[in-house]
Amino acid sequence: MSAPRDKFGRPIVVVTGMGVVTSLGAGKTDNWTRLTAGESGIRTVTRFPIDGLKTTMAGTVDFVTVDPFSSTGLTERLAEMATEEALEQAGIGGKADFPGPLFLAVAPVEVEWPQRLELGRAVGKTEFRYEDMLRVSGGGRFTQYHRRFMFGSVASYLAETFGTKGSPISLSTACASGATSIQLGVEAIRRGEADAALCVGTDGSVNPEALVRFSLLSALSTQNAPPQAASKPFSKNRDGFVMAEGAGAMVLESYESAMARGATILGVVAGCGELTDSFHRTRSSPDGKPIIGCMRKTLADAGLEPEQIDHINAHGTATPENDKMEYNTTAVVFGDHLPKIPVSSNKSMVGHTISAAGAVEAVFSLLTLEHQRIPPTINYEVPDPAILFDVVGNKARDARVTAVMSNSFGFGGQNASLILTREPV
Amino acid sequence: MTEPKSAGAKEVWITGIGIVSSLGEGLDAHWDALNARKINIDDKRFAPYIVHPLAPLSFDAQIPKKGDQRQMEAWQRIGTYAAGLALDSAGVKGNKEILGRMDMIVAAGGGERDLAVDEAIMSADAKGNSSPGFLNERLMNDLRPTLFLAQLSNLLAGNIAIVHGVCGTSRTFMGEEAASIDAARIALARISSGQSEIALVGAAHNGERSDLLVLYEFGDFNLKETYAPVWQREGRSGFALGSAGCFLVLESREHAEARGAKPYARLTRVVADLAQRKQPGAVTKSLEALWPKLGVAGDSGNLITGATGAEPVTSEEKAFLRQHAGFAVRATGTMFGHTLETQFPLGLALAAISISRGALFPPNDPTGLEVEKPDAPDQIVVMGAGHWQGEGMALVEAIK
Repeated sequence: MSAPRDKFGRPIVVVTGMGVVTSLGAGKTDNWTRLTAGESGIRTVTRFPIDGLKTTMAGTVDFVTVDPFSSTGLTERLAEMATEEALEQAGIGGKADFPGPLFLAVAPVEVEWPQRLELGRAVGKTEFRYEDMLRVSGGGRFTQYHRRFMFGSVASYLAETFGTKGSPISLSTACASGATSIQLGVEAIRRGEADAALCVGTDGSVNPEALVRFSLLSALSTQNAPPQAASKPFSKNRDGFVMAEGAGAMVLESYESAMARGATILGVVAGCGELTDSFHRTRSSPDGKPIIGCMRKTLADAGLEPEQIDHINAHGTATPENDKMEYNTTAVVFGDHLPKIPVSSNKSMVGHTISAAGAVEAVFSLLTLEHQRIPPTINYEVPDPAILFDVVGNKARDARVTAVMSNSFGFGGQNASLILTREPV
Repeated sequence: MTEPKSAGAKEVWITGIGIVSSLGEGLDAHWDALNARKINIDDKRFAPYIVHPLAPLSFDAQIPKKGDQRQMEAWQRIGTYAAGLALDSAGVKGNKEILGRMDMIVAAGGGERDLAVDEAIMSADAKGNSSPGFLNERLMNDLRPTLFLAQLSNLLAGNIAIVHGVCGTSRTFMGEEAASIDAARIALARISSGQSEIALVGAAHNGERSDLLVLYEFGDFNLKETYAPVWQREGRSGFALGSAGCFLVLESREHAEARGAKPYARLTRVVADLAQRKQPGAVTKSLEALWPKLGVAGDSGNLITGATGAEPVTSEEKAFLRQHAGFAVRATGTMFGHTLETQFPLGLALAAISISRGALFPPNDPTGLEVEKPDAPDQIVVMGAGHWQGEGMALVEAIK
């Protein structure tokens, strides 16, 4: 490998540990096997009643349970599992003594319905207002719900459990959050503030109100039967995304520090970029300029030309608007080279893990580099003729992959991209 | 983001400040109110709980489109308004070239709930009217489709991008008081290392929400019955939620000078930590550990704290302050209430204003912990210790 600094003179940032949990399973091995076999983790929701819902399926992680149940509790547990796996692989630090900061992508936290209803029942009346609830909220009866529903609670737990250093950062850039957590880690290492950073994206928030919220914005697929076929990125008959749960964790280190301790280097975060879209709260600017600019900033940050990217791990949510916009903008950035780039969307199988997606897909991108095999986009039966990507449809494809671009776009004009490579560039 | 090879630490200036709160809007109004020791509380609306309500203001001045205002809930309107004031104050409002590459870090909680929908569902549940699909059906039928966008944490940043055109980068940090300490810390680190040139940093909080009162009441954190200044709440601890929005424009000295911007003050350092608050004294210890990292000159000076008034953290802060008795202390919680994520930017803003106006604002404390400090401040420490976790400090200095 080359010198420990990149072509801009910055410390090279490498990945030395990864962990992942999705609806396909826990851990890299299970996920990779099922992902490359084209299996879907989407199923009909059984965690709560689905009566009255337009969308009744999701990529829930049902094999993990927390007691008492809350979405925030599940979110925390998924992050913990992914982090344990990443730390075990990295072999860094002592037990509960990770030598760097934590950057956590996490869904906004709020009091949830089971707890709210529990509180309502404690009022002892059948007609009441928030003021009545306030009267029974204090005095120690619900103390644990204060901590549970603080925004910083998941990061706080992880920081204590894994002994990360300094003030842990919880962040949200909506569906780009996972990518942003990695970007913050890269920046800290490049500034020389840290030799290592723990970057985690996690989301366990499939609950009735979350499903309803996305439903009311007409963002979700309603192709409920069979659930495995609902998520159809780049297909003409795609009709929305499928909510899902999961977590991805990465140990980032400076190349120098990883080499010094003899760590196995799994890959390199060669570039990151973001650019805000100020057009609309949920829709992209029709000219696509912010997304185009985001991808170009990321290429420039990595010091790479478009021709050097040989795989795109697409945002690929399967909403009618996203996939079309993603194709149009990618076509502008990559031009004549685009037909030579195989493109795939992991969301066809694991669904959209929202706050975790950027981190989960970065893990899958690095596994793609490791195995030189691209996971398929399943349910690709009716290609959208307006989307001329070389979609890796339905079956995994062996390919020479040296540099992957992973894209994430979110509500609120959030665009973030990462470039991951096997070797320093 | 292709920073130079050996980025020497760049000086970072505060060149823009925007504040709205229970005391009014803008720098002059706040300066006058602080000097008049004004406090604005409402102890009726949420009685027995006390809040510091947002002073009346017309959102049109910074959010001209009614359609935009309708898409937001109060916390987003407060924040978008304060962000606009900060951009005005920095002289970059409408400057597309600068705004198009301006970085933004917002510290945010979440948005208002539809209280009527919640109450109707809970009442029906309490009556036993909850068939398996009851919750789903009510939520599907009763929730306003765009309410979600007024609740999402990152949509304050989204609205600032839409209304003011701040669209370089956009990051939202969450996690109560610590979120904005980290927002300032990361923005400073990025500019000082050359990863960024100019950034908008801040937060907004709507304290007039019964759903938030419920959340803090779970932990018995709310001040009840009678208002008292922050340092006078022993035996009856708690915070009074406050409504406020505060944003700062931070930029490298070179960038500010090149465009002829006038600084209020320099942001020299921001440090933060997360103490495991399991033993008494953990917060005091954490603050003591942060102190030497600030680079404060001498054993006397000025300190603005966001002390909440809740226990045990406020007593632990007091123990720390007793070790630094040469510092003139001001607690923003007395005048502004507790504004969670907004408290730290508010402290930074008041420090920068005090430095630029050559005086620390007067004490507002009958206990005597806060003392008069007539001389012009060169350095002001801004401190924050979250009501349940997170500690941090910043050093704001005069530019010589």
